[in-house]
Amino acid sequence: MAVLFYFFSLLAVLAGFVVVSTRNPITSAVALVACFFGLAADYVLLDAHFVAVIQILVYAGAIMVLFIFVIMLLNLRGDGAPILDLSRRALFGVATAGLIGVGLVAGLESARRNFETTVPKDFGTIEHVGKALFASSSPWLLPFEVVSVLLTVAVIGAVVLAKREI
Amino acid sequence: MDQVGLFPVLAVSAVLFATGVAGVLTRRNALIVFMSVELMLNAVNLSFVGFARDFAARGVQNAIDGHVFTVFVMAVAAAEAAVGLALVILLFRNRVTVDLDELDRLKG
Repeated sequence: MAVLFYFFSLLAVLAGFVVVSTRNPITSAVALVACFFGLAADYVLLDAHFVAVIQILVYAGAIMVLFIFVIMLLNLRGDGAPILDLSRRALFGVATAGLIGVGLVAGLESARRNFETTVPKDFGTIEHVGKALFASSSPWLLPFEVVSVLLTVAVIGAVVLAKREI
Repeated sequence: MDQVGLFPVLAVSAVLFATGVAGVLTRRNALIVFMSVELMLNAVNLSFVGFARDFAARGVQNAIDGHVFTVFVMAVAAAEAAVGLALVILLFRNRVTVDLDELDRLKG
């Protein structure tokens, strides 16, 4: 199990590096899909079955198709920028990101403990997540409805923005 | 998974987040910047799921809320991607570029 976790985490991290370092947006998008698949495998290993499924369906399926559709619609090629340019911006960006990464990992001292072996048997299943979301005493009912409004607004906004004439 | 522990999960999450930050700060292509933001959102999701696993195993009530919040993050990411990509299309139609450095009209 541990080996599988490290394998898929390595896949996700390497794919993440490819996403930010490649010239071609299509390569970037495909690497991001690989990253999402690696993360979905990690979710399965962490007993988050429902989240793993919607990671594949929503992220790798819907959102990335939208990205690739737009890249192809705009017929974008690589921007010709060198992968490793030593401009001031690149150095500043990488230094800031490195600082954030080191800071985050350094703050994890208290998390150095192994997982307890047993989770409840139905943890992370659709039934469990569904009950947490929709039980009549759930605090997530209102947020869920608000998210539906947000998605409606996003759909209308996207159409209004991208359509030539309404 | 009991041999793995919380630390590696959070470390992977931190590395992914830092990668996303690097992408946002260094890249000029608007679409790649968007993808870097998605990367950062996914890093946060991994943290949520790891903490949910840890809390559930230690018998914390409502540990499943981590998963619920991950679902919300995904919904917001979908909304953000839809509007953001519409903006990119609009931008490309007006300026025939997705290079963020060329969008300096608001500069005084």
